[in-house]
Amino acid sequence: MSKKKKLVVQNVEVTFILNGKKVTKQIRPSLLLIDFIRDELSLAGTKPGCLEGECGACSVLIDGAAVNSCMYLAINIHGKNLTTIEGLSDVNGLDPVQDSMIKHGAVQCGFCSSGMTMSIKSMQIKYKKDKKKPSKEEIKKGLEGNLCRCTGYVKIIEAAEAVINKVK
Amino acid sequence: MSKKLNVIGTPIPKIDAGIRITGKAVYGQDVKLPGMLHGAILRAEYPCAEFTIDVSAARKLPGVIAVITADDIDCNNISYKKDHPILKKGEVNCIRDEIAAVAAESKEIAERAIKLIKVKYKEKKGIYDPFDALKPNAPLVNKYLKDSKFAKNISDIFFYEHGNLEEQKKKSAVIISKRFVLPRVTHCCMATSNITADYSSVTKRLTLYSSTQVPFLYQRDMAHALKMNASDIRVIQVVIGGGFGSKLDMYPFEPIAAILSIKTGKPVQIIFDREEEFIASPTRQNMVIDLIAGADKNGKFTFRDVTIVKDNGAFTSWGATTPFVMMQTFSSLYQMPACRFESKAVYTNNISAGSFRGYGNPQAAFAIESCIDLMADKLGMDKAEIRLLNANYAGEITGQGMHYDTCGHIEALKTVIEKSDLRNTNKETLRNTNKYESTNKEKETVNTDSYIRKNPYFVDNVDRYKRGVGIASMMHVGGGAKIYRSDGCGTTLKLDDYGHLTLITGSSEIGQGSETVLAMMASEELTIPMNKIKVINTDTDVKPWDVGVHASRTSFVAGNSVLGAVKKLKEKLNQKAAVLLKCTIENLIYENEEIKNSDGSNSVRIEKVVREMHFGGQNELCTVNHFYEPTSDFQDKQFKGNVSGTYAFAAQSAEVEVDTYTGNIKVLNIHVAQDVGKVLNPLNIMGQIEGGVLTGVGYGISEELIMENGRVLNPNFHNYKMLTASDVPDIHFYPIETNDSLGPYGAKGMAEAPLIPTAAAIANAVADAIGVRIYSLPITPEKVLKAIKEKTD
Ligand code: FES
Ligand code: FES
Repeated sequence: MSKKKKLVVQNVEVTFILNGKKVTKQIRPSLLLIDFIRDELSLAGTKPGCLEGECGACSVLIDGAAVNSCMYLAINIHGKNLTTIEGLSDVNGLDPVQDSMIKHGAVQCGFCSSGMTMSIKSMQIKYKKDKKKPSKEEIKKGLEGNLCRCTGYVKIIEAAEAVINKVK
Repeated sequence: MSKKLNVIGTPIPKIDAGIRITGKAVYGQDVKLPGMLHGAILRAEYPCAEFTIDVSAARKLPGVIAVITADDIDCNNISYKKDHPILKKGEVNCIRDEIAAVAAESKEIAERAIKLIKVKYKEKKGIYDPFDALKPNAPLVNKYLKDSKFAKNISDIFFYEHGNLEEQKKKSAVIISKRFVLPRVTHCCMATSNITADYSSVTKRLTLYSSTQVPFLYQRDMAHALKMNASDIRVIQVVIGGGFGSKLDMYPFEPIAAILSIKTGKPVQIIFDREEEFIASPTRQNMVIDLIAGADKNGKFTFRDVTIVKDNGAFTSWGATTPFVMMQTFSSLYQMPACRFESKAVYTNNISAGSFRGYGNPQAAFAIESCIDLMADKLGMDKAEIRLLNANYAGEITGQGMHYDTCGHIEALKTVIEKSDLRNTNKETLRNTNKYESTNKEKETVNTDSYIRKNPYFVDNVDRYKRGVGIASMMHVGGGAKIYRSDGCGTTLKLDDYGHLTLITGSSEIGQGSETVLAMMASEELTIPMNKIKVINTDTDVKPWDVGVHASRTSFVAGNSVLGAVKKLKEKLNQKAAVLLKCTIENLIYENEEIKNSDGSNSVRIEKVVREMHFGGQNELCTVNHFYEPTSDFQDKQFKGNVSGTYAFAAQSAEVEVDTYTGNIKVLNIHVAQDVGKVLNPLNIMGQIEGGVLTGVGYGISEELIMENGRVLNPNFHNYKMLTASDVPDIHFYPIETNDSLGPYGAKGMAEAPLIPTAAAIANAVADAIGVRIYSLPITPEKVLKAIKEKTD
């Protein structure tokens, strides 16, 4: 064994908005956002499905846009607005996206549901900003990065369409 | 069923959806216990090798609490055939073989420790093709299988026959003989395999936070493996992130976590990463089916002669019993005068197969339905006609002794034939719009052609894109399956002083919605609203016995168990209510949480009755227990008998469009007509249909776990093609309600069925579209192009 050099890595301070509240934390520069969220912020609703950027279970909102938290370095959250599934609902109740997911029967095992919800939320924000109504095909496209084995996606697409386009 | 139903049949969202959609559900990945250690497993580097191992460096790493190899444990072998050592000693026989395990203070330390383990391998030539393993000179793959009555490298054989094959052959005007090759696919549960084991050195009891689908069999298997008393093992099911049959067996990582916990006295958690999940979790049985099938000149089926060789992998799981289910389909799907069936599960140095939703029947359906189309072609018969002529019917007792008391097969076929416009499909011209009745009863217009029309090369596209329609059927057990000594389920009901009901069921929720359906049944009968019903179903120390989630049995078996328990609860309530209402016990009415006398003139709240029972002179609690065992039989040694309480039937049609330039298949529509007995919850049932169908589409056109010389070449979602939202066809569902007299409210099991005929229907549709048939799944673009080329050459 070669002599081990102890590499001292300095923690970095990040300040950001977490689910509506300003937070400051010291973190390792190599820390992935998903581990930061799950292990250090103890928010377990963000799910590790693959940790390879392929399944979308770990999706969170950064400044309103869905991002795979397993492909994102936690230090880059500095100065940004982070929303996890726990931040969508509050004491007053569920976010309309969550409500739509439940009502449309879009939740089976639920492991993909946090990520799906975040992707739908992100679409909802985007299309609202652009004052556009997405087509069904566009909604499907927007969900392509989120895998689900239980539902066959149909109910998820319906839930998304209903809440984004406010149709029944 | 004449009674008016208020809850059953209504679209009630899953009662557990709320915790799942808010991030509050605790999956295996989310379990955190005080002092918990993280476990990791070292697996083989070669699929077939001898090895020596040195773990000393790993043991010395700070933060490592325990390192174990086969030398450190004293355990029984596990698996369905007890042919699987938990940790392998001296030799490995497949790439997922566990050779050492570590428990450490963090995941990172555990992984570093794994890398410090030194292993020297002497590679041997493995066997990766089951046909090679059957050769006389082949080396022995699994030496742990004891008292086998089979030849070398055979784990299991199923043999079945009925009727006079030779006579039927003589009657046949057409005989088709074909080989079908079925791929290895895997479950892709979105939550990877996980376990947290917590052994107390004080109580000597072991608690397992597990995702098992079969907690009581698991408890027994774990006890056998660890040489413990089963009652000292408590299985607590975490919220399960997908099962689909993958969690029917106990795998080595689970006792490994338990052993590490026993050795360290601390909780130990093992979570697979996605690559490990692809390599080390089970697969659907890949197999080769040789099917010879005949029909007489009128198109009546005469016989099926089936020979199957399945790749068992290095060890044997419950999945080895899939032929038990497949033989039912070969012997009894469509009227069948004679059938001979033989299957061998053959050991190889590949990863071992497990059980997967559909349990052999997607494979069987592919072979059978392809042959039916071939027979129809040869006889010059209509593909719909030949199926209707041979369809199963109510009252039929099959050659295998199964009683089809209710049977929606004919209706299912008629429905999909009509809906998919099978006979009028004009393959050369594009239709403008296709109108379909969707199940939620709203009219839906699907313009499937728009994307083609937008294409600038439209003029060419008529030739380029070929459309086809295919149909396929399925039959599957719908009322449990008697394969274990008991196929029953227990229920405990507890009505509290406030009129709320706690329903403790032996059955398990794996996302399929059983919790909701069981609560709906209790709500229906007792008129207690859904939000006053709590379902407890995750703890073997609390819940009564159940054989587990498999064979589409939960609604049927656990449902009947709930109804039996409710009956007992009502008897109790009625006695007290009659006293309070000063009336006779007969004909009491339940309405709006009240019990009324027969003319409705006097009533009392249920909660009041409970309180009177509890605090009145009687001092009794309003609790009951019930155990329901289906009336099905064990089949005899020849596999004859009525194995299930009832049987589910379905037909599907697939409409596809094949791009003859690229070989791509676009599945446009899937029509599903299924005999579900009775729709208990339309929202739930659609979810099961759609999820099953899409998994079936994946099986048909995109999914395959590719192996080469014992190694998995595509252990990630990038290269293993699970379908996405963009691939979803329009799925149309037409429930057929046959009201089975044994099912709860007439319902049959339904959840496996939707994926069974899908791939078969797609294969038939592709053949219809391009005029050549492909005999192996998945039907990839490469296979399509090759087939088209061979046809034109
Ligand atoms: S866990 Fe991040 S994409 Fe799968
Ligand atoms: S609901 Fe289970 S993976 Fe989507």
